[in-house]
Amino acid sequence: MTATEKTDVLIVGSGFGGSIAAYHLAAGGAKVTVLERGPWLSGKDFDHDYLLGSSYTKVFDFVAGDGMSVLGGNCVGGGSVVYFAALPRAPRYVFERHGSIGRRMWPAAINRQTLDPWYDRVSDVLPVTQQDWNDVTYAGGLWAAACDHSGHTANPVPVGVDAKKCTNCNWMMAGCRFDAKQSLLMNYLPAALSHGAEIRPLHEVQKLSRTDDGGYRVHYNHIDEEDYRVTTGSGEIEAKIVILAAGAGATPPILQRSEETLGTMPHAVGRYFSGNGERLNTAIINEERVAEVLGLRRPNGKAYEANQIGKGPVVACWDYVDSALPEYDRFSMEQLYFPPGLGTILAQAPDAIGPSWFGKEKKEILKQWKSWLTIFLMTEDDNEGVFGPPPPTGNSYRISQQMLARGPLRYDPTPNTLHGWAKADARAKEILEKDGLAKVTPWTNDVVGAYTVHPLSSCRIGDDPATSALDDRHELRGHPGIFVTDGSSVPCGLTVNPALTIAALAERAIPGIVSAARDRGVEVTYGAPLPTSVPNSVARPAA
Amino acid sequence: MVATPDFLDDVQTMTLEAFADTIVPGAKRFPTDHAIAGVCDDPGAVEAGALELLGDPATGVAAGLAPLSAMLNQRADDYAERVGLTLEDDVPAFVALDYDHRAALILELVAWGNPERDGWVLLTMFSNMAYDSAAHRHTAEAIAEGHPGLLAMGFAEPDTDGLWRFADFSYGRVLAKRHPSTTESGSPE
Repeated sequence: MTATEKTDVLIVGSGFGGSIAAYHLAAGGAKVTVLERGPWLSGKDFDHDYLLGSSYTKVFDFVAGDGMSVLGGNCVGGGSVVYFAALPRAPRYVFERHGSIGRRMWPAAINRQTLDPWYDRVSDVLPVTQQDWNDVTYAGGLWAAACDHSGHTANPVPVGVDAKKCTNCNWMMAGCRFDAKQSLLMNYLPAALSHGAEIRPLHEVQKLSRTDDGGYRVHYNHIDEEDYRVTTGSGEIEAKIVILAAGAGATPPILQRSEETLGTMPHAVGRYFSGNGERLNTAIINEERVAEVLGLRRPNGKAYEANQIGKGPVVACWDYVDSALPEYDRFSMEQLYFPPGLGTILAQAPDAIGPSWFGKEKKEILKQWKSWLTIFLMTEDDNEGVFGPPPPTGNSYRISQQMLARGPLRYDPTPNTLHGWAKADARAKEILEKDGLAKVTPWTNDVVGAYTVHPLSSCRIGDDPATSALDDRHELRGHPGIFVTDGSSVPCGLTVNPALTIAALAERAIPGIVSAARDRGVEVTYGAPLPTSVPNSVARPAA
Repeated sequence: MVATPDFLDDVQTMTLEAFADTIVPGAKRFPTDHAIAGVCDDPGAVEAGALELLGDPATGVAAGLAPLSAMLNQRADDYAERVGLTLEDDVPAFVALDYDHRAALILELVAWGNPERDGWVLLTMFSNMAYDSAAHRHTAEAIAEGHPGLLAMGFAEPDTDGLWRFADFSYGRVLAKRHPSTTESGSPE
């Protein structure tokens, strides 16, 4: 009989929540094992290619639910490998939000002021930099000029991109080929590895059970490296502490599936999901009007025609990120790039008489693709997402070999959410249609429902046991020794990109996790210096 | 000439081509090309490789193509009867519909509440992807060979190493006022 493998701290997922925990606990002396369901790619593994099976389909998942589809990372480094690296802090009012529960959703211990020191730490590590106008791409510049023309302000957003290395290729959703994007493969993860943390890709955790000594047994499947529908084996590891950081779309099914062995889960596990109130609009730019009205001109004589050029979102309008406005009236408007495929199917032909998202009128706007400008709206939703029963394995029923799957999330937008979307849509339209600059339509919800690239809140922190799954130390209520540090722990939509907030909350949670580990006999200390960045994304160590 | 899956018969192929042609319509490839509705004068999803993509095992829908094709023709028969159309019987029922009726039927099939919608949504998505991202081909090769969708969209050519770089990317000047409540870290207050 083979003895069950043991570790001190088992971490599920290697995105922000997992990597930050892995570094601090390993640096503090604990034996750390990270199980990541996706592959481990780095540097030259990141393709410029839409071919199914390239890094583009390997490193992220698109899970269609009922009324909400979720895009999330699926690789070592998680969301940081596929995201667009926009890293603003959440505005103060977010921490005071009540949503629909009639009281503050965040724990009393957390507000912007108390979170700022943790934001500072992550910002130093990645690092987060402020762009100047020479870094701002044509798409961002056009959005800024249009905002200015309408009397609005617009800011270059803080980012985790090394401008010197960036080629403005706009392939960052497939992973950064040039190591310009400061993903976790360039800071927390290599630092964790140097302190002995072990990261195992293609290990998908299914459930937890309890050991006789008060620890946990983590049950996982090996996933085939090409066909993620195929399981090639399974195993178990015992740990004294478990940190779940599988992402807001994947952490709840693991806990739901564990209910049989661990006992009742808090009510908020798999509830209160937020899509960060997200919404996209496509503007078809009138090149002549942009030249005439905004006076924009590229060296090649074109006014714009630059949809393909850039590095994701670089400019945002924060005029409605305003604490004086009532809840559900606040939102940010950020210029964005979304690649073809996912970024085109939902765009609608303005003024279409026939179908707007497919057919001959849609084809005509595809021919104007170079003149598209995508505007990303982050509004306040109502945390109305609920996960149904978990699928047999993982977080979804996989359809394609990679990327595409069907999941158990249901999302029926409330009037508050619909109000926020409509307000933000109307404002983006007003800005970009002024003086004939563009024709603007929101992406349709008729195909895959609403959608989010920033799933949140499905296992959230809070002070109220009825509406939060975790206490303010990120420990799962009723299940000591299990912590959750990913986007599912964030209580609500933030009206800005959430990566830095997820990371800051993870940093903030670490002292408490270290303390819990020590209570469970793990020899670990807190206080290791912050990691320093490395120039190249860390590759999978040779076997 | 784009490849079509060899596990589909002519009726199935023609039916699925007609579906893809409704998503991104194209020009008829030859005078008796019934699958293509002929409402556009340049290539659409079919010439872009929709059937090749749908038949790719990576999509996970290949095994469903034959049954979806049969269902589509049944739904087309039902639709024709409901709206009072008499269909030519020398082609599959969906193919016998003109473009506007094909589009109207697809809107019904993908409507929320239709318990069969998932399969039709998948057909729609992959038909679209064949045209606008050529997901069945290496992107650089597809562009070099004149893929009709990427070409029509104006997708730029890569550098000689197959990677994209844009040295010309910025207007390089201040284009808006900064929000007055921006903090020192560059974030909102």
